[in-house]
Amino acid sequence: MGRIKPRHHYPEERKYKGGFFTTKLNYVMGWGRKFSLFHYPFITACCGMEYMSAACAHWDFDRFGVGMTTFSPRQSDMLFVVGTISQKEAPVLRTVYEQMCEPKWVIACGACTLSGGIYDNYAVVQGIDKIIPVDVFIPGCPPRPETILDAIEKLQDKIQYQQQDWRWKSKK
Amino acid sequence: MEIKKVIEELKVKFKDDITEFSKQFGDDVIRVKRESLRDIVRFLKKTPHNFAMLLDLTCVDYMGEEPRFEMVYHLYSISNKNRLRIKIRLDENDLKIDSLTSLWGNANWLEREVFDMFGVHFNEHPDLRRLFMYDGFEGYPLRKDYPLRKRQPIIPMRYEDAD
Repeated sequence: MGRIKPRHHYPEERKYKGGFFTTKLNYVMGWGRKFSLFHYPFITACCGMEYMSAACAHWDFDRFGVGMTTFSPRQSDMLFVVGTISQKEAPVLRTVYEQMCEPKWVIACGACTLSGGIYDNYAVVQGIDKIIPVDVFIPGCPPRPETILDAIEKLQDKIQYQQQDWRWKSKK
Repeated sequence: MEIKKVIEELKVKFKDDITEFSKQFGDDVIRVKRESLRDIVRFLKKTPHNFAMLLDLTCVDYMGEEPRFEMVYHLYSISNKNRLRIKIRLDENDLKIDSLTSLWGNANWLEREVFDMFGVHFNEHPDLRRLFMYDGFEGYPLRKDYPLRKRQPIIPMRYEDAD
């Protein structure tokens, strides 16, 4: 009877030759954050259809690490504002934004969200950047799912290279 | 029962209350005096004419004309397949009309909408509050003299418009 050989057998001299790499903490935190965006969909209007097709199997923005949809603002990193925001809804949106934990980012999707769109009247907020700060604007009425994917990539670039905030670092 | 017979009967029964009979867009239209609205409508609903359904109740602002506002009621009879439109002119200084909530339940919210958007008051309405706009909203937004760019935000905006 012969000895049973281990399945993965490496020569002794290679066993302890582990590699290592150096990086900057800021960069690696950005890398981690940009691929683990939990998003909160704040969907009020027809752009939601495009959001759904971007989120589902055909375009599938889970490929970019944005797949986790949370319906609690306290557990989300990214606010996806999709659709018309009326004056009556503005306090709700502001509250949802304030409930999210830092770090947080906002994507505004569609013409109505950016500027009120065709609704230049008494009832509609003329752009949600009047209520909350916005990182990426997606134009279009409605935007194509490709545009939404492009916006997600742009937001990921922004997260990668921004000054990262973490809890033991004093906030400016 | 055909709509012709309904019109004939109205002509006999409410000779003094209906000012005009006409046809527009395929439906019969009657113009009614404000005081007799509820009697006519109750007659149309309770008798075999059976206008059981209030399709719509709305208001139009004809600014510059006298009287300025016009209430429009759309009635439908499901059993007889008849449609009828009722119009009433209202003066700007006396914007009051009888509520139809006692006859049709859906008139409650329709009248609240008209109150919200045009400021028409409905007598004997059980709960006359704004329906769409929020508390503290001033003015009536669907009136023609409401400024187009006037905004009344609930929370303060982060910046104001340039214009």
